[in-house]
Amino acid sequence: MIEFRQEPKFGTDGPILVMEDLCKSYQLGHTELRVLREINLAIESGEYVAIMGPSGSGKSTLLNMIGCLDRPTSGDYRLGGQSVSALDDDELSMIRGARIGFVFQSFNLIAQLNVVENIEIPMYYQGYSEHESDERARELATMVGLGERLGHRPSELSGGQQQRVAIARALSNDPLIILADEPTGNLDSSSGADILAILDRLHNEGKTLIVVTHDEHIATRAERVVRLFDGRIDKEEFNRR
Amino acid sequence: MFIFRLKRTVKLGFKSLWMHRLRSTLTTLGIIFGVSSVIAMLAIGEGASRDAQEKIAQLGSRNIIIKTIKPPEDQAAGGQQQTLMEYGLTYKDAERFQNGIPDVQVIVPNRRISQQALYRNRRTSLEVVGTVPWYPEISPTRVRFGRFLSTTDMHYRQGVCVLDERVVRELFALDDPIGQDVKIGGDYYRVVGVATEQSQTPASADLESKDATGAKKASGANVGAMYVPLTTVRERFGEMSMQMSSSSGQTLERIELQEIIVQVQDVDMVMGTRQSVQTLLSRFHKKNDYEIVVPLELMRQAKDFQRIFTIVLGSIAAISLLVGGIGIMNIMMATVSERTREIGIRRALGAKKKDIVIQFLSETLILTLSGGFLGMALGALIPFFVTHFGQMRTVITGSSLILAFGISGAVGIAFGLYPAYRAANMDPIESLRHE
Ligand SMILES: Nc1ncnc2c1ncn2[C@@H]1O[C@H](COP(=O)(O)OP(=O)(O)OP(=O)(O)O)[C@@H](O)[C@H]1O
Ligand SMILES: [Mg+2]
Repeated sequence: MIEFRQEPKFGTDGPILVMEDLCKSYQLGHTELRVLREINLAIESGEYVAIMGPSGSGKSTLLNMIGCLDRPTSGDYRLGGQSVSALDDDELSMIRGARIGFVFQSFNLIAQLNVVENIEIPMYYQGYSEHESDERARELATMVGLGERLGHRPSELSGGQQQRVAIARALSNDPLIILADEPTGNLDSSSGADILAILDRLHNEGKTLIVVTHDEHIATRAERVVRLFDGRIDKEEFNRR
Repeated sequence: MFIFRLKRTVKLGFKSLWMHRLRSTLTTLGIIFGVSSVIAMLAIGEGASRDAQEKIAQLGSRNIIIKTIKPPEDQAAGGQQQTLMEYGLTYKDAERFQNGIPDVQVIVPNRRISQQALYRNRRTSLEVVGTVPWYPEISPTRVRFGRFLSTTDMHYRQGVCVLDERVVRELFALDDPIGQDVKIGGDYYRVVGVATEQSQTPASADLESKDATGAKKASGANVGAMYVPLTTVRERFGEMSMQMSSSSGQTLERIELQEIIVQVQDVDMVMGTRQSVQTLLSRFHKKNDYEIVVPLELMRQAKDFQRIFTIVLGSIAAISLLVGGIGIMNIMMATVSERTREIGIRRALGAKKKDIVIQFLSETLILTLSGGFLGMALGALIPFFVTHFGQMRTVITGSSLILAFGISGAVGIAFGLYPAYRAANMDPIESLRHE
């Protein structure tokens, strides 16, 4: 069992995320569908990485793997110096709750909860006190510009506002990495721009971001673009700014 | 920390249920009716049982009651011409009990005759009970005013009587009866005491209706009693009585005693003594002209009957709870599949399987326990109405409330566990992709 409420014991030097020869395949009847093949990837703390590639190339699968929602078929994956491949379901839940912040294409807020309560969910599972989590949720909501809408339900918010709540929620447990799967996919260009601005700001504050996208404009904001093709890393590009 | 989580879980449960108010309410109805029917049925069963127990207890658990009954008419031998029928318990029988059965402590022989009594211009039907001074020892009858019959009354065959309160009400209204004379036939009886009413038990009423004695009319109908020394009754009324019967016209009957009540020292001796009484009587009575009633036996039978009654009622109620539980499970399954995505989100954000189980289980428990609470209220209300409008005794015991509430909690866990387990074991990625 891993205890995360204590100070993480990984060093500041070296990559926070390392994948070595990581493969993922699905068994469909008698045929094996290989979705990820020999992925070798290392991401440093504070990096802003975009993952691109054609539809079906395995971007979401890779992101789920990084987010510990899925386990590799073979190969090794270390997050913060800790090997994840061999952990059981409860331990994976712990890691997701403590180290990962998810932002989804379709926002994925819980309909019966208001803005503050949605932001509080990760903190609830991490065992924050009521006072602590309430205060933090309000702060984060204000930070993403929803200070006036704390009591609103998701159905009373625009798509852009909902995605901002989702970002606040992803930040609430102070994660090691923020993962976003096409965060602007369901938004018009101006709300999308708002979201990208927030992501930039987070990057400037030193957060590690991994964003899956189809949009080359978004990719140019990242420091590195990882291009997938048919389950392999086809190309890696470094943007100089 | 823990309290916060619990509070949070419950609050969340209410929120989710509130989203589907109508559905939640309808689902809970099953539990409400289940729980209330358990409580109501147990209350009715308990009431009936206590009623029977109390009535039988009045007959005395240490008593054995031997009653005269009319023997089955012997058509072949008797014919139409038979005019004198001699049967029933005798003074000799009482004597034999006294001498032949060691455990017997008290023996009370009774003669019961239906009569009309007169005081001034008032008239009432009553039952003359020819008895002995120690009658109160074996019966719940108690003296209210004055005294009961004495051995002197008995010895000198005095024309005295003790009236029960019912007769006093009917004959005297507001006058003081003590010292007054009540007339029956051509004789006067001086009132020396007032006793409590003898309550008619269903058992005894039923039994008495079978005996074809002078007390026939008195027994079934509700009439008061007038206690007179047995010796006096024997002297003044004799042992003959005229009976009109459809088959044989007029019959003259000769019966010495309508009943003999025997009391033993200890409850343990009752069944043995009953056997001795039976043996003794069968030796001297060729005809089947007596009947032995053992209140203790009746009490046990009533208890057995009550147990079966409770089991049957309880099962019916339990089935309705079961149906309610299945309804809840059905709804929870639907809820879980509807909220697949929510489950995926929570799992992605750090919820363990255990957290998901707790969440859905507590929703089920909220449904069933609130159903349990409302069911308890309704269940307490139904017996009230049954008692009020149905003139039936009901008793709500604390244990039935706890039982019903406990069952509703158990139903919640039993039927909530599977949907919760299903929810927890859904694959997070699949759930997130849902719909
Ligand atoms: N549970 C599964 N069982 C079988 N095949 C799967 C499963 N999940 C994903 N796949 C397959 O893996 C491949 C990669 O899927 P993935 O969702 O990672 O693609 P993607 O790059 O995110 O595509 P898009 O840009 O359309 O979102 C697809 O061919 C998909 O059909
Ligand atoms: Mg995808």
